[in-house]
Amino acid sequence: MKSGKFWAWVVFALGAAYFFIPLIATVEFSMRMRRGEYSFDAYKVVLGDARFQATFGYSVLAAVFTIILGVLIVVPAAYWIRLRLPQLRPIVEFITLLPLVIPAIVIVFGYIRMYGSNSPLPFLATDTGTNALLVIGYATLALPYMYRAVDTGLRTIDVRTLTEAAQILGAGWGTIITRVILPNVLIAVLSGAFLTFAIVIGEFTMASLLNRPAFGPYLQNIGANRAYEPAALAIIAFAITWGCMSLIQILSRFAPRSANRPN
Amino acid sequence: MRLPTQWLGVAPFFIFAIMFLILPTLYLMLGAFQNDAGEFTFENIAALAQPSIVAAYWISIKVSLASSLIGAFAGLAIAIAIVRGGLPEWIRSATLTFSGVASNFAGVPLAFAFIATLGRLGLATVILNTLFGLNIYAHGFNILSFWGLTLTYVYFQIPLMVVIIVPAIDGLKKEWGEAAATLGATMAQYWRMVVIPVIWPSFLGTVILLFANAFGAIATAYALTGSSLNIVPILLYAQIRGDVLHNAHLGYAIAFGMIFITGLANVFYIWFRTRSERWLK
Repeated sequence: MKSGKFWAWVVFALGAAYFFIPLIATVEFSMRMRRGEYSFDAYKVVLGDARFQATFGYSVLAAVFTIILGVLIVVPAAYWIRLRLPQLRPIVEFITLLPLVIPAIVIVFGYIRMYGSNSPLPFLATDTGTNALLVIGYATLALPYMYRAVDTGLRTIDVRTLTEAAQILGAGWGTIITRVILPNVLIAVLSGAFLTFAIVIGEFTMASLLNRPAFGPYLQNIGANRAYEPAALAIIAFAITWGCMSLIQILSRFAPRSANRPN
Repeated sequence: MRLPTQWLGVAPFFIFAIMFLILPTLYLMLGAFQNDAGEFTFENIAALAQPSIVAAYWISIKVSLASSLIGAFAGLAIAIAIVRGGLPEWIRSATLTFSGVASNFAGVPLAFAFIATLGRLGLATVILNTLFGLNIYAHGFNILSFWGLTLTYVYFQIPLMVVIIVPAIDGLKKEWGEAAATLGATMAQYWRMVVIPVIWPSFLGTVILLFANAFGAIATAYALTGSSLNIVPILLYAQIRGDVLHNAHLGYAIAFGMIFITGLANVFYIWFRTRSERWLK
């Protein structure tokens, strides 16, 4: 077992080196803007850039709408399948896995051809429509993660008993979903939401092909034209991803342990 | 309960999935088999055989295969090390947290990080050159190449493998190892006859997920190499932006080819899994 432990350390050290060297290199590179000394100039330039603020704001807004749309689609469906239509589960699970099989670029290509200005549903004819289509596209990308998060959350509560109790007390379906089910799976929904945020915030393919002024295309543009700012942006993006994942971990501590009692 | 309300809860989900996931994809699939007049044809699919497109598919498959296999085996090694290697508990939780972050750290920023590391002026390039006198660029390495892209993709492939496979390794009961030892099995036999059959389906499934993950990725490659490395998603991107192939239906055919390959990978996965499940019984 001694040699096993030795090899475990070797594997871990190699992995740590592979993952930390790029981060260290990026931090170092991002601070090289001023000649001869380290400084945070690149960060100042980036954060002070009006286009950074505008595109970042746009992507945050897109992420918020994506999360709302995702919750509206996934929560009722996942709830209803647990409660009434368990026979649909395999189909729904298959559909939620499709975005992992169909590349994002193919999905957005389909949108461009199907919802163009001359089509029956001309999403792309207006700015608002195109923004909506971007949010819709993001919601499909987030679908596998959102569904899994919500479904895991529902597994830990007794959906049937809660629903029947609410019905006995005279609650309608709207009340049951918004005031009974949603609060109980809130932590799971928030986990899905932060993951969605992390995926959407720097997304490039869909935003670029729909010509939206989002953060991803801005990043790409800076990368093609500047030297030190991209490194600073990479660190900022890493920090955002880290923040989202930490929030999920913190939230998971508040999540209820499995409440499914054996009947 | 009457039928309409029965379906009301799942209706938004299905309407959304059909309108924005299934129909757009089907539209492209059908378009791949039609000419400009809307007649059925195999011409677009046949036109995929031109050398530049075949080369794009080939390099995409190579990058996806290399990055998913390297990512899978490295990720498995790390997962085994942190679960079974007797390392301190904090290493396990730190690795899992970091893997969650790194598996989502893809796209344009990841390309920036690797340019800052292994680009011509990158820290690792400079340090290797000044400290060890090893000029990797003189030895034919280039971040804008097959290996450069593969090495970059591995950065999100390994953590994804770790995140998915750790629960599977956790599922290996200690008793199985003890039982095997009691029956006189060597370590190699324990691995060959117990561990590998148990984690094989999740491992294979993850490899295929990693493959699809790399195959459809464009942002990292585009930010890293511009259009100098001709992978399929970049070719399709250029086609959508400016019809570089001068044939709209050829674009559909390329999209069809992409789904065909990721779909085929999944068919293999299902086939392997049913086989291994039957064998496990």
